[in-house]
Amino acid sequence: MTTISAATSDVQPALGAPVYELTHVSKTYARNRVIALDDVSLTLRKGSFSSVIGSSGCGKSTLLKIMAGLIPPTKGRVVLQGKPVTGTRRDIGMMFQQATLFPWRTTIENIVLPIEIRDGRAAAEKAKEKARALLDIVGLNGFEDVFPNELSGGMAQRASICRMLITEPAVLLLDEPFSALDELSRDMMNMELQRICTEQNATAFLVTHSIQEAVILSDDIYVMKPRPGRLAEVVTVDLPRPRTLDMMTTPKFGETVNYIRGLLDKGEAM
Amino acid sequence: MSDANLNTDENVTPDTVWVEHTSFVDQIPRSILMLFVFAVFVGLWQIATSFNLVSSIVLPTPVETFNDMIFVGKNLLTGDYMLSALWITTKEVIYGFALAMAIGFSLGILVGETAFGERAIMPYLVALDTMPKVAFAPLFIAWLGFGIESKVALAAFIATFPIVVGTAAGLHATDENSRMLFKTMGASRLQTLFKMKLPMGLPQIFTGLKIGAVGVMAGAITAEFLGGGKGFGELIRVAASQLNTPRVFSLILYLSILGLGLYALVTFAQRRIVFWHRDTVSK
Repeated sequence: MTTISAATSDVQPALGAPVYELTHVSKTYARNRVIALDDVSLTLRKGSFSSVIGSSGCGKSTLLKIMAGLIPPTKGRVVLQGKPVTGTRRDIGMMFQQATLFPWRTTIENIVLPIEIRDGRAAAEKAKEKARALLDIVGLNGFEDVFPNELSGGMAQRASICRMLITEPAVLLLDEPFSALDELSRDMMNMELQRICTEQNATAFLVTHSIQEAVILSDDIYVMKPRPGRLAEVVTVDLPRPRTLDMMTTPKFGETVNYIRGLLDKGEAM
Repeated sequence: MSDANLNTDENVTPDTVWVEHTSFVDQIPRSILMLFVFAVFVGLWQIATSFNLVSSIVLPTPVETFNDMIFVGKNLLTGDYMLSALWITTKEVIYGFALAMAIGFSLGILVGETAFGERAIMPYLVALDTMPKVAFAPLFIAWLGFGIESKVALAAFIATFPIVVGTAAGLHATDENSRMLFKTMGASRLQTLFKMKLPMGLPQIFTGLKIGAVGVMAGAITAEFLGGGKGFGELIRVAASQLNTPRVFSLILYLSILGLGLYALVTFAQRRIVFWHRDTVSK
């Protein structure tokens, strides 16, 4: 494995300033005494794309919930943009496997919903201008007044990207965002996601089950192992940007995928 | 079979072509099918009465009933006493339904949204709901008198429970992702309730409203039977006591228009408000 620089977390990618920092974060569910996360430290730098991958039960959803401010860690420091995370915040954007658009609202009303909730209706009305610009970016021009029932799965996820971006979050937390889509749409949406993240210079953190998806999108891949959930290794992907789907046929891509699969298999054997 | 051969070879024999057959019933318009059932029903009714299979006091002939319907219809159209009776019953039903909605939504939110309501209040509501609510009619009459109030009370009493249950079920119909999304957006409890839980629960709420709309009619008429007054139920009771069976039948038919009207109103509101719900739209 000479072509990929696989090392522990002390190797930092040469990108922007740290945006999101987790230091020695642990989570124990007291009721059933399960250690969901054990001493996880990670740093997301401005403009970087990181993924976390691991089998089910490795604590990646717990990690994501802590990073989203939905649940507190048992131990450790969680700091976003210099301020400790003590709950959900405007500068944290999140996206789920399901688009979770509300069918009684038009696409644009769904997109400005975070503004409506945080700042009220008047602010939401003003934000519609920005929402239209975002719809333009994701290629949903002209769909602002369409109800979500009329959108395809991919289109709905594009709209939910807009909803995530409307508050200009400092970090994007992506919880298997395209795994409910068919494979063709999924590849296309991943390339779209890369383009949008580059355009917005966004800091993104993706939870995924797909090694290929993690490798094609990420600068850093956090490989997690279960029981207790912990970071096994940080793999830095040495592929040039922008990534293209053609890169999935290159030897380097294959090697990286195999290397990560090897790490995950070792975890299974335990 | 010529249509089926359009895109196949000329020399294909018809029996090798697989053609989709629609069943006979599917080819007939629905209105004609319904008319057919109606004709069979009236025919059997006519046979039963003209061959004296049942006494005419028990079951009048279709013609007698039809004639009486014309009489009652004229009375209603000329604004005679029957119209004022129908208006009284209509008022009872509307007030009863409005009251049931007000109480039903409030209790439904209390039970569906708060742990206290769900754990401490819901058991009592379930217990009350299993009681035969019509049995409370004499109490309402004793408390509220023979006027419209006792009828409104029983009508509302019967219609409240399905609305409570529908509202509570609707509030529980939210999915994990929606709740998480609202949390990440920093939504308050009230915002979550009004912008997510209630709209998302509207299909269940409307199911409760429809059941309530049926119950409210039953409540109003039962209370009129037991507590007098000047409503349509009283007309039915008097006609029945005079063995005027054709009148009973025609009054019931006109009364069902009121019930259908209320149900249609709820369905109309449902289609306008819950336009986004698949089952609602397709029905």
